Amino acid sequence: MKEKPFWSPYAGGIGLGITLLLAFVFMGRGLGASGAMMRFTTWVVDVFAHDHVMANPYFAKYAEHPFSNWLVFEIIGVMIGGFLSGMLAGRNKWRTGRGPNITKHKRWLLAFIGGAIMGFGARLSRGCTSGLALTGGATLAVGGWVFMFAVFGAAFATAYFVRKQWI
Amino acid sequence: MAPFYKYGFFSEQTGLIVALILGISFGFWLERSGFGYSRKLALQFYFKDNTVLYVMFTAILVAMLGVLFFSLFGWLDITKIYINPTYIWAQLIGGLILGVGFAIGGYCPGTSVVGAVTGHIDALFFLGGAMTGMFVFGEMFPSIEDLYNWGYMGNVRLSDVLNVSSGVVAFAAVVLAIVMFKGAEWAQNRFGKEVL
Repeated sequence: MKEKPFWSPYAGGIGLGITLLLAFVFMGRGLGASGAMMRFTTWVVDVFAHDHVMANPYFAKYAEHPFSNWLVFEIIGVMIGGFLSGMLAGRNKWRTGRGPNITKHKRWLLAFIGGAIMGFGARLSRGCTSGLALTGGATLAVGGWVFMFAVFGAAFATAYFVRKQWI
Repeated sequence: MAPFYKYGFFSEQTGLIVALILGISFGFWLERSGFGYSRKLALQFYFKDNTVLYVMFTAILVAMLGVLFFSLFGWLDITKIYINPTYIWAQLIGGLILGVGFAIGGYCPGTSVVGAVTGHIDALFFLGGAMTGMFVFGEMFPSIEDLYNWGYMGNVRLSDVLNVSSGVVAFAAVVLAIVMFKGAEWAQNRFGKEVL
């Protein structure tokens, strides 16, 4: 099956915005992503070093009933929804997103490094692009807007140094 | 009266089903917009593909105006909605770190999940990295707790600190979005459009 083109960004934005609005209307809370990842991380550490997790107040907070959590169910939904959308558009196939001037192995390494930096930053901020920028942005939370401009500012400033990866 | 869960219309268990359904919609729209593809996200930072900006600000405006109007109509109790607590310095520094990670890694946490389920191998590496970074944060937590709590202001909204009504802030947000869309469009034409 030939890959179908992406939909208009305005259609995507309206769809996401209505989803977020429904989260406020039904639950009184927004969407998120990094909180669910923190729970999964804590669960993995807990399997290998339970006492270590319990001794650390940050890990211990996430260790109790790690998967019986609103964000975890939401992220399982994201997996299903993303997969279905990709399938309907013929986009589900193995590949590596990269520019023409980088090998896939270098791209994998940079993806891991960038992910590690982001994981650390997301915990320090108490949220990521979904839970803090999008949700906090829509509720006009001060921290959400400060965070969003910091993210975009730093990403634009870093882009020059990693241009070989993307363009 | 909404929020329905806060007014006891359904239980916490039912709330988890609601989470699953909202998540499906969230993932669907992210994938439809092309957010499973790292290069499409990263080209935003070269002004070659403005999709991230358009999608994100359109979504913020729709949800923001929805919340505002629904509370104006008396349908939604805005005092029952979760407002992210502000730790202004921690979130500023965390945002700068996260932005560096975004340009290098090409994903943010939510989009990397969509990338992973649609077969993007770089998204799997990104996810492994993100969990490693979170583990490191947890390990370092006792020594950086002061940084984590730096600049606590409570659950404040822009209307509180600027001392204007939330309608005025919302109007300013709409104007800001239009200015940014137009500016980004100009930049895209100047730096060479490459919309994937």
